[in-house]
Amino acid sequence: MAIPGQRQPSHLEELLEGIWRQNPVFVMVLGMCPTLAVSVSAMNAVSMGLATTFVLVCSTLLVSLMRNVVPREVRIATYILIIATFVTVVDYLIQAISLAVYEALGAFIQLIVVNCIILGRAEAHASKNPPLRAALNALGMGAGFTIGLFALGAVREILGAGKLFGLALFGPDFQPWVVMVLPPGGFFVLGSWLLLFNWLDSRKAVGSPLPSGEG
Amino acid sequence: MSESLSQIFIGTLLANNFVLAMFLGLCPFLGVSARLNTALPMGAATTFVMLVASLCAFALNWLVTTFHMEFLRLIAYIVVIASAVQLVEMFLKKKSPALFRALGIYLPLITTNCAVLGVALFQTAREYDLAQAVTFSLAGGGGFTLALLLMAGLRERLNLARVPNVVQGTALSLMLAGLLSLAFMGFAGLGAGE
Amino acid sequence: MSENTSAMQAAPTSSVAMIRTLGVVATICGVLIVTAFESTLDAVNANKKIALERAVFKVIPGAASVREYVAGPAGVRRAEAGAAASEVKFYAAYDQAGALRGVAAEGAAKGYADTVRVLYAYDPAKQAITGLGVVSMRETPGIGDKIYTDQAFLANFVALDARLAADMKSLANAIRVVKHGSKQHPWEIDAIAGATVTSKAVGRGIDESAQRLLPLLVPHLEQLRGGK
Repeated sequence: MAIPGQRQPSHLEELLEGIWRQNPVFVMVLGMCPTLAVSVSAMNAVSMGLATTFVLVCSTLLVSLMRNVVPREVRIATYILIIATFVTVVDYLIQAISLAVYEALGAFIQLIVVNCIILGRAEAHASKNPPLRAALNALGMGAGFTIGLFALGAVREILGAGKLFGLALFGPDFQPWVVMVLPPGGFFVLGSWLLLFNWLDSRKAVGSPLPSGEG
Repeated sequence: MSESLSQIFIGTLLANNFVLAMFLGLCPFLGVSARLNTALPMGAATTFVMLVASLCAFALNWLVTTFHMEFLRLIAYIVVIASAVQLVEMFLKKKSPALFRALGIYLPLITTNCAVLGVALFQTAREYDLAQAVTFSLAGGGGFTLALLLMAGLRERLNLARVPNVVQGTALSLMLAGLLSLAFMGFAGLGAGE
Repeated sequence: MSENTSAMQAAPTSSVAMIRTLGVVATICGVLIVTAFESTLDAVNANKKIALERAVFKVIPGAASVREYVAGPAGVRRAEAGAAASEVKFYAAYDQAGALRGVAAEGAAKGYADTVRVLYAYDPAKQAITGLGVVSMRETPGIGDKIYTDQAFLANFVALDARLAADMKSLANAIRVVKHGSKQHPWEIDAIAGATVTSKAVGRGIDESAQRLLPLLVPHLEQLRGGK
């Protein structure tokens, strides 16, 4: 981030960073546990993405506001406290909004605490940037995470249950590819998405006149 | 319902393997499992931390329920588990340098492993008693170690194989994990009684 | 880390400052958590009530209200402070006029993949299990989920015999799951072909729960009829 001498990224770039160039799911491959566990349906995936985004934005905002008063030695402890707080808050919010979603996500809501994306953002970005910038970056990351989760959840739901957001897509004769909603399907679908992105990258590298270091 | 200890052990070790069926602890699974000789100590250290976490969580859950402060459960778990691991690390460093050298370097990494908090949260959700919780954490750690070892073995073999560039890296690891997970589904039903 | 733009002091921080910071952060966090807990409490409780009613009404048709009870060695009482280890939680369902329609309770047993939790209805007049709902399960889609889609299997729970033995200490006949197509007695459950393990888990969950609950409950049924 923000290497001295380099132009500071604009606010829009800050927001887009997480959605595309550093997408937490497809590019950085972070926060895998909730990604694979809850992406059995598009609905679960999006709920999880939104919950994570909420925690991400709120905690980076608070971390950024306090970045000048927290001593270095206790910063990680502070971050963990702040993140755990917002996870508890979101846990109760989801219970209040929809118990069905709460039960579908189960312990993975509380496991947002140990999602590396959040602690990583707090440490690498929010602790060095003003609140607006930090919040925008977090929002982008959250959106990127949600999009990634949705891409995974939608594919798994369509193939594994023949539905999208609970609506049947195919006729009654559709024989669902059940393994896709079981654990192995999670690994396979994410692996396939990464393959697709690798392939796109390699094509771009071949097509560009100046090949960058590695593919 | 009371699950027997052996049911919990077999079920958690194989049928509901932490990594391959519950998706807990994937970061170290994909990150650290490239070599066999680091997989075993890493697994042992994680199992140990999971045991500590399980004991802490059991005590904390009792405390939190007794005083009707369930809303503090999560924050208490994460803070106490993180500190307990720190304390264990310091204690090991002083009392048993050999053990510390074997496990110590992995300990800080493990605190934010979701398998560790996962043990605490799942044992609470399933209302396990102390013996069940300890069994659960040991089996969970054992399952994690097993998955790590299998994966490391596979990846060492793959280093010798010719793999297309596009497939290299995480994509390949995920596909392998998917196949392992598929194989582990065969264990389903082992834990069922009768 | 050479970060010259940040305002961090190079000198080591004193312990007092660290403790003060952590204290302030912990206070802010505490306030946030308690605020969230207090402000969502009503909505969460309302949601839980709706979810419970929906589940109970499904297994006891015609019911209009649900009350939570616990049954223990000391008798039956309204569930307020949670159940002790020796007590069993159950739900009493009433119709519009306030008459007891039936009792529902949860049973759980290890299935093929993970624990299968079911909610079953007990009709005191018929002394039988009269309904089955699934609370949670992670069984294989397309196979294990037949326990709530397979009509032939659900037909087992229209009048599944659950009479108490003469000594009122256990069921007269333990509820058993038998192989598909070999049901002979009214206390047997005909398993789903190809999903025997899951079917057995359902049967075992109901049997375990009913063996505990019914001996404690049946002597006090009058108390429930009063609705108080």
